[in-house]
Amino acid sequence: MSIEMTKAEVPGVPLLEVRDLHVEFHTRDGAAKAVNGVSYTVDAGETLAVLGESGSGKSVTAQTIMGILDTPPGKVTGGQVLFRGEDLLTMSEQERRRVRGDKIAMIFQDALSALNPVLSVGYQLGELFRVHRGMSRREARAKAVELMDRVRIPAAKERVNDYPHQFSGGMRQRIMIAMALALEPDVIIADEPTTALDVTVQAQVMDLLAELQRDFHMGLILITHDLGVVADVADKIAVMYAGRIVENAPVHELYKRPAHPYTRGLLDSIPRLDHKGKELYAIKGLPPSLTAIPSGCAFNPRCTQARDVCRSEIPPLLDVTEPDGTPIGGRTSACHFWKETIHG
Amino acid sequence: MAEASGAAKRGEPILEVRDLVKHFPLTQGVLFKRQVGAVKAVDGISFELRQGETLGIVGESGCGKSTVAKLLMRLEQPTSGQILYKGEDIARLSGRALKAVRRNIQMVFQDPYTSLNPRMTVGDIVGEPFDIHPEVAPKGDRRKRVRELLDVVGLNPEYINRYPHQFSGGQRQRIGIARGLALHPEIIICDEPVSALDVSVQAQVINLMERLQDEFDLSYLFIAHDLSIVRHISDRVGVMYLGRLAEVGTDAQIYDHPTHPYTQALLSAVPQPDPDGRESRERIILTGDVPSPANPPSGCRFRTRCWKAQEKCAQEVPLLAVPERFKDGSTPASHPSACHFADEKDVVHA
Repeated sequence: MSIEMTKAEVPGVPLLEVRDLHVEFHTRDGAAKAVNGVSYTVDAGETLAVLGESGSGKSVTAQTIMGILDTPPGKVTGGQVLFRGEDLLTMSEQERRRVRGDKIAMIFQDALSALNPVLSVGYQLGELFRVHRGMSRREARAKAVELMDRVRIPAAKERVNDYPHQFSGGMRQRIMIAMALALEPDVIIADEPTTALDVTVQAQVMDLLAELQRDFHMGLILITHDLGVVADVADKIAVMYAGRIVENAPVHELYKRPAHPYTRGLLDSIPRLDHKGKELYAIKGLPPSLTAIPSGCAFNPRCTQARDVCRSEIPPLLDVTEPDGTPIGGRTSACHFWKETIHG
Repeated sequence: MAEASGAAKRGEPILEVRDLVKHFPLTQGVLFKRQVGAVKAVDGISFELRQGETLGIVGESGCGKSTVAKLLMRLEQPTSGQILYKGEDIARLSGRALKAVRRNIQMVFQDPYTSLNPRMTVGDIVGEPFDIHPEVAPKGDRRKRVRELLDVVGLNPEYINRYPHQFSGGQRQRIGIARGLALHPEIIICDEPVSALDVSVQAQVINLMERLQDEFDLSYLFIAHDLSIVRHISDRVGVMYLGRLAEVGTDAQIYDHPTHPYTQALLSAVPQPDPDGRESRERIILTGDVPSPANPPSGCRFRTRCWKAQEKCAQEVPLLAVPERFKDGSTPASHPSACHFADEKDVVHA
């Protein structure tokens, strides 16, 4: 079967590549441009964090990759999603079903609404093996127990017939992870996997996710708004604002010297020890409405260093270099004045 | 601005909570209901809120922190214990006396989407407290007062006739704050006031709340699960676990010198927005989940997840007191901690 064939890594071709993706939603107020030319890649064993606030288009991009975007009202108006060089967007629905879950799987934020409340978790985990691998019910159930063990759910054998509401929030998220891992996919997209969880449980779940990613050598796309979680696990970061990527950087670089005023504003607004008692830095204004994205750079009304050119010209993603012109690997910024931002 | 009688001096306790308990009964049967147990949401906590300070309460979901907020507002009737507001026990009050006290204690809610009535204009929402306490603003004066309030929280007073859906999350939270300020309260209880907001907007609202505190000499009880925000805004912090206070102290004592294992684990679990040294950072990863408050462990409630737990922890409930070894008060570790084996531990934290 083609599964074995595609498992092999093709040299020079990224595992997953999103190329100039555009997605619109049809609304009463006109077209809401949720994604406006997003490109990123993720390789095996690599963790890409997509950082952004609500409405920045980070989840819509993920839904498009998975092929679970509601169309209508959503519509992909341009771009490609390449899995090992093959465009998922031009595939037939039948072909896509074979990729979804098997090659690319997703972990959702809210496990309670993502799981079916009237089916036991064992049934839902086993379903993957029955549908994709043609296993019998008995085999599938055994597999489900094995998976629940793998994500360290205590007494998996006894709990396999329990329903989602009988598990705690952290345990449910483990089941979500088990479900995503079931078919040993090459890429996992985790959309705010720990946002609904408490801090101590969040630490458990992130640990588990990182360990499994290492063991299976998967590519991980982590979608989040939490600068702490990103700093903990990411290899590289794409910062999104109003449907565009405004900055790409390896994790250490981004936190040390952001090259976009939006990223810098986000980092500056984290409460820090030495700022105790002083005012927090706050980015002024609000994220824009997607039906009325400001002309030029979308961030210009909130930016402290905006000039005329920022209001008229959309800044492209430019390569970021050291002051002497030496390139910095993997760094780009969509700011006309990135030099000032990064080098002061 | 504070025209309430007998205004307390800065630093003096304005609200004192003593052995506060709230048990929600669990019943069985349809016709003949009988109680089969109780969810011990709040199980004997004591603290004081001082004039002009911010007391932060942190803890995970289900630890009882929101129930505390509701008890202080008397939205819930405590099972036992006292809530002393300027020496008067709120828990015993009713009718006119309760109404008078409530004027001075207001609340800002977590979710700015559901805590504002979608069919009321901003003017009506912010002015509604005046309907209940007409003595604060005479009828003809109200629109003017509402406009002033909107201005104070940084909203355009022209928006007075708009509806909540016309505002963003951050702006709605400002409306909620304006409503809380309307009656010139002395205490504002904030239950997760920024957790529903976008990161870039949270800082704006926190700054506003700090400015208002200085301007109107407010005391805040600030309930949140975001440890770095609580540290930023609080003078003192209380850590709750399963209906009890585990540790109380100034922000520096709690964050830099925690002595309760739960506080240590909580702090070490917070992801740091700094990738440097992430491999070498020591983290305490707790096993398991928070036990059910309907059936909490005997003795110390944290013992089922604690790496220090011994026989004694299952038998004796540790009291919230300054640990014996730190009694001399010379170190920052000498603050109340409810652990039999309270000790400092080096962890990198928020």
